[in-house]
Amino acid sequence: MYWLKLAFRNALRHRLRTALTVLGLVVAILSFGLLQTIVDAWYAGANNASPNRLVTRNAVSLTFPMPLAYREKIRAVPGVRAVGAANWFGGIYVDKKNFFPQFAVDAPAYFPMYREYVIDDEEWRAFMRDRKGAVVGRKLAQTYGFRVGDTVPLQGTIFPGVWQFNVRAIYDGAQPGTDTSQFFFHWDYLNETVNKRFRHRANQVGVFVVEIDNPDRAAEVSGAIDATFRNSLAETLTETERSFQIGFVKQTEAIVIAIRVVSFVVIFIILAVMANTMAMTARERIGEYATLKALGFGPGVVAILIFGESLAIAAAGCSIGVALTFPVGDWFAARMGTLFPVFKVSVETVALQVVCALAVGIIAALFPARRATGVRIVDGLRTI
Amino acid sequence: MAIPLRYSVRNLRTRKVTTLLTAAGMALVVFVFAAVLMLDAGLRAALVATGQYDNIIVTRRAAGTEIQSIVDREQAAIVGSQPEIAMTGGARLVSREVVVLIALPKRGTGVPTNVGIRGVEPAGIALRPQVRVTAGRMFKPGAAEVMVGKSIAERFDDARIGATLRFGGRSWVVVGTYDAGGSGFDSEIWADSDQLMQSFRRQAFSSVVARLADPGSYEALKAGLEGDPRLTLDVKREKEFYEEQSRTLSNFIRYLGVTLSVIFSIGAMVGAMITMYTSVANRTGEIGTLRALGFGRRSILAAFLFEAVLLALIGCAAGLALASVMQLVQVSTLNWDSFSEISFRFTMTPNIVAQAVLFALAMGVVGGLLPALRAARLKIVDALRSA
Repeated sequence: MYWLKLAFRNALRHRLRTALTVLGLVVAILSFGLLQTIVDAWYAGANNASPNRLVTRNAVSLTFPMPLAYREKIRAVPGVRAVGAANWFGGIYVDKKNFFPQFAVDAPAYFPMYREYVIDDEEWRAFMRDRKGAVVGRKLAQTYGFRVGDTVPLQGTIFPGVWQFNVRAIYDGAQPGTDTSQFFFHWDYLNETVNKRFRHRANQVGVFVVEIDNPDRAAEVSGAIDATFRNSLAETLTETERSFQIGFVKQTEAIVIAIRVVSFVVIFIILAVMANTMAMTARERIGEYATLKALGFGPGVVAILIFGESLAIAAAGCSIGVALTFPVGDWFAARMGTLFPVFKVSVETVALQVVCALAVGIIAALFPARRATGVRIVDGLRTI
Repeated sequence: MAIPLRYSVRNLRTRKVTTLLTAAGMALVVFVFAAVLMLDAGLRAALVATGQYDNIIVTRRAAGTEIQSIVDREQAAIVGSQPEIAMTGGARLVSREVVVLIALPKRGTGVPTNVGIRGVEPAGIALRPQVRVTAGRMFKPGAAEVMVGKSIAERFDDARIGATLRFGGRSWVVVGTYDAGGSGFDSEIWADSDQLMQSFRRQAFSSVVARLADPGSYEALKAGLEGDPRLTLDVKREKEFYEEQSRTLSNFIRYLGVTLSVIFSIGAMVGAMITMYTSVANRTGEIGTLRALGFGRRSILAAFLFEAVLLALIGCAAGLALASVMQLVQVSTLNWDSFSEISFRFTMTPNIVAQAVLFALAMGVVGGLLPALRAARLKIVDALRSA
């Protein structure tokens, strides 16, 4: 205990240097935490996927639709409890940079499958009564200031024209990780309008969301659905919602890997800074260490002094960095709006931050400690 | 009178460990900074090289990308008969194209990845002089044959010559590989336009590409076509069209990268500051002696600032060397604008080197200024007393 106190006091001897090192550590631990959270956010869709939901799409690629008639055929497959249709709308709200996902869904079938979207009964009835009604997520509503009763114009990129929607309901997430940045409206409204304007594109569905009785039979049911449409004009590919979401992430994996790599680079940067601080500190105190040894203290004590000081600085930087991660993360999430639907600092991230800080503290002390413990008393005293 | 530069250089040499560690921190920051800019430059180079300045591309109004666009035969015929379009051998240089996306499993991981398939007319090859067939041959018009771009051939098992790809209810034989000079076409598969349209039962094309007889007539043609009440089309130079395709991804890479570099540089600057403060503290006596010898405050300031800048430049050189190795790395990712796979290389440009050097200089100056000021402010008597 006594030695730790001495180590701690040592850390405070060069206040400016210690303060600068701690500042560097705080910046590094903070940015490491934020980068890890960004990577988590990338996978958020996959992590929130329900195991008993499947997604059926055209086997060629997501950009090809399937006939509406498939809905009833899928419903008839054993093990299927419910089927909902959804189309990606891809509209632009005022400006191209205001991106948020918009889906045309057959609401009576779709929403009961997504129990994590909590909608007020009154608002739900209003939505069902309005052909041009829309349900928007809480986060989306906050970002763009949508309120119930507002009219939202979307410029279609896949379905040409300017479309008007009336916000009738705002949904909340049942869990903190639920994506509340989406915009839903009636599939029938889309289909009727498309039918009027471009006949041959009507009655086409982008994806079917399939709810199954038993998650353990997901593979079997998926196979049965795909077998139903084999050799048809639109063959299907059915997978669990989770692997469907992972498929998206995988395609942008290069970016995720880059962010991960970079988040560790910052740890190396701070390691260099910290190692430098400890090397300088130990070099200045070689005389003191030699004195301690001359008094009869063993090399272990010298090592404790150096490691203790290094770890004390690392711990200080780490705790401030971790503490700042939460408010800065919230600020960042607010700034990014709907780009990251879910942005939460996870326990694993905090654990990684602590481990990295400790590792930096230990590695930085390694070489100075070896040099200081190995120094001969005569050489050490000569440098005074 | 100025203190010889050698004084600063030698100071760095005496404390090798400290110099190396501080420079290493800065090198990593410069590496991240340069790597990000290289990634962005690579992406832009790939997409900018895709378009030709004197080609125009016509898509449906507000569609933005070719896969969202629909141009029916009637509209395509009107576009193709415009007098501004170049002629070869009695026909206008026009290619009516179809672009669809299919999911192909990637080599190694087996992850289904969106790959663009472009149906082109014979003129489409002439319109893209950068495309050269490197192995096998071109697909025959009217046959269910395809040729694949270089980076597709490298990354997908199903895309080697002689293999068959199955999509659109038909089997397509891969008959050739082409090199499109690192442009976006390298990440595509090309087939005959009419065959592709029939297979996917499409009634309409995705886009019309044409060569202008006179590049200057672009404005006139654009005004004419976009003002035509029979058409609801957008006309763009092919080059601009592809530049726009890189915008979202490029902005994302640049904003994220520059923000990170700036944040990381705080760490490196703190490192430089610690080193320089210690350097000043250890040399208080020396500084006093120098002052007593007649060197002014300014000379002291300059000497220490130079030392910090030198430290940063060493880091910069190491960081840039490390970053230039990244040029061997090929990156492939989903382009959010076109929703299809694009592959490109880290590309070092003189501009990036200049920016990295400036960035490192800034780090050196900011990190070295306060310690250098402290050194310059020391009183001769106090400094000498501590020696």
